[in-house]
Amino acid sequence: MEKLWEGSRAIAETIKMCRPKVISAYPITPQTHIVESLSQLAADGDLVAEFINVESEHSAASVVLGASATGARTYTATTSQGLLLMLEVLYNIAGMRLPVVMTCANRAVSAPLSIWNDQQDSFTARDSGWIQLYAEDSQEACDLHLMAYRIAEDKRIMLPVMVCLDGFFISHTFEPVEPFEEENVKQFLPDYQPLHYLTPKNPLTFGSFAEPDKYTEARYIIHRTLEESKMVIRETAEDFKKVFGRGGGDLVEDYFLEDADFAFVAMGSIIGSLKDLVDKLREKGEKVGILKIISFRPFPGKEITTALEGIEKIAVLEKAVSLGSGGILVKEVKESFYGRKKTPQINGFIVGLGGRDIPQDSLENIYREFHQGSGDASFVDLNYELLGGK
Amino acid sequence: MKKNLLAPGHSACAGCGESLAIRLVLNAAGENIIVANATGCSEIFTSNYPLSAWEVPWIHSLFENTAAVASGIEAALKVSGRKSEAKVIAQGGDGGMADIGLQALSGMWERWHDVLSVCYDNEGYMNTGIQRSGLTPLDTKTTTTPPGKFSWGNYRPKKNLPLIAAAHGIPYVAVTTVAYPRDIEEKVQKAIKIEGPKYIQIYSPCPLGWRSEPSQTIEIARLAVETGIYPVYEMINGKITSAKKFSKLKPVEEFLKLQGRFSHLFTKEGGDEEIKKIQKIADDNINQFDMILKDGEELQKE
Repeated sequence: MEKLWEGSRAIAETIKMCRPKVISAYPITPQTHIVESLSQLAADGDLVAEFINVESEHSAASVVLGASATGARTYTATTSQGLLLMLEVLYNIAGMRLPVVMTCANRAVSAPLSIWNDQQDSFTARDSGWIQLYAEDSQEACDLHLMAYRIAEDKRIMLPVMVCLDGFFISHTFEPVEPFEEENVKQFLPDYQPLHYLTPKNPLTFGSFAEPDKYTEARYIIHRTLEESKMVIRETAEDFKKVFGRGGGDLVEDYFLEDADFAFVAMGSIIGSLKDLVDKLREKGEKVGILKIISFRPFPGKEITTALEGIEKIAVLEKAVSLGSGGILVKEVKESFYGRKKTPQINGFIVGLGGRDIPQDSLENIYREFHQGSGDASFVDLNYELLGGK
Repeated sequence: MKKNLLAPGHSACAGCGESLAIRLVLNAAGENIIVANATGCSEIFTSNYPLSAWEVPWIHSLFENTAAVASGIEAALKVSGRKSEAKVIAQGGDGGMADIGLQALSGMWERWHDVLSVCYDNEGYMNTGIQRSGLTPLDTKTTTTPPGKFSWGNYRPKKNLPLIAAAHGIPYVAVTTVAYPRDIEEKVQKAIKIEGPKYIQIYSPCPLGWRSEPSQTIEIARLAVETGIYPVYEMINGKITSAKKFSKLKPVEEFLKLQGRFSHLFTKEGGDEEIKKIQKIADDNINQFDMILKDGEELQKE
């Protein structure tokens, strides 16, 4: 039976089912409800784990690094500044091939300070070697966490996974979710059996340094593994469907793309708003669809071009920006099409920074203007009064 | 002969105090340990992939997070019912422990992890080319505190990390030096048996950084204690319980003159006054740690 849970509670209940042995976190809005719920579950004995309240996110990531290297399944969660502070450790965790799973409750980055949602934080970790999966709603966020452990601990992969969910829009919203049955979860995700871990029984050296004649290979093999992880993510999603009877969790997901001449491409909770718009437009007979990107890393370039084959115009919406360069996701989508004889027109739209609302009208304007020719707005809905004119 | 848990063949410099101290610590702690190591000389001279000098399970992650990594190791052992398998040691140089890693170290102490933290104090960032750290002493010449027309070198005395450790209320804090191998052994063996956080600081001369003769590492380390510059002591539950004592302390010049890092104090005009300041630091230590033997007291064995 479905439960009406706050997103954070739903995540915490899912993590409980995943049975991490060591959890470490530092409080930061809007991640707090997740770790508060987990603390309560641990305090009540519903979750048998060491819950380490640390003095910074840098230490939270380092505690799970140490615990993972000692053979324990681990979990941490953060957002925004916390993720930026962790960044050094995130690179290290991936480089050491530790299957840590973490949640990023996506939030803007300072300055100006903003506790509200966008995805600039997790985008900064895109080159770190972590697998990054983006959730559309609470249910998918739960499902992706369960899959995340399976993917991370797969012996072909052994890389960390970050599940990204929009702060407040998912973390603080009450939605009905289907809770996991313990028996099914144990079948889908058995206890973690590490390949190598710190023990005097087999005194291994972790974290050597590499001379220039070896460093490139160490980085290449992570890149190659991330490429190969696409297959594992797909396999895991299929297996998930078999066990739990619901879908999602593939690299990408399409919505009314078959006969579409126009497509939105986006990640995260904005997909819900886009679906409403597409439903409305479809009723009017307009051929518009959506490609939801679930896996940002590994980047599913081939899957994107296949799904968008024959579509004339593509609007890439993203809640992030590379200052001094522009949209990030849009460039990667464009790159996927590079070298093809016939390429669609692809425009990028930066929306929803720092929690700015993305009303249906704005989304429809993007569609109307771009569909009819122009519409490379880049930054959508700028307030020119604040800027002192155009 | 017992196996050395830090294998020979690593690439530390001749006369390196740190490599000697690490070997003594590991051998005293025994095989059933897991070591988390900060970035720095000790990590570099032991872990050039695919070589390793470590005969015990060892992990290096980053510079400032060693104590947090060790916390995670200890937590994982505890939750998996493997506590009896290994004791955990978090170690690094003074940069990694006293400066950039101090926050993580403080967190580990305050959370009461059963971890022995060891700081190999060579009084500066030696791995990066002899820059000053928070544990660099007064008037030291380093590459970032060079003496000059307006400078005598490092302008502040060193930070008192053992006292900071003790302020956390941890059960055991000790200071020792590579000049006293038996003292290191005893303190490590004592510390590792105590449940909870422990801190040992080991004076580890660096011939390269201190511009001293590799053959004089032990002599310099001994003189540091014998002049009152670097008192060797123990604090149990926050109270000083023992300190190395002498019938007579030596003047600081005997210690300073063996090291190029203090040579400007003997060549530059006004150096006498600076040496007086250093003598004052030593005198204060001698008083604080009651380092002069009284009638009837016996000299402790080394």
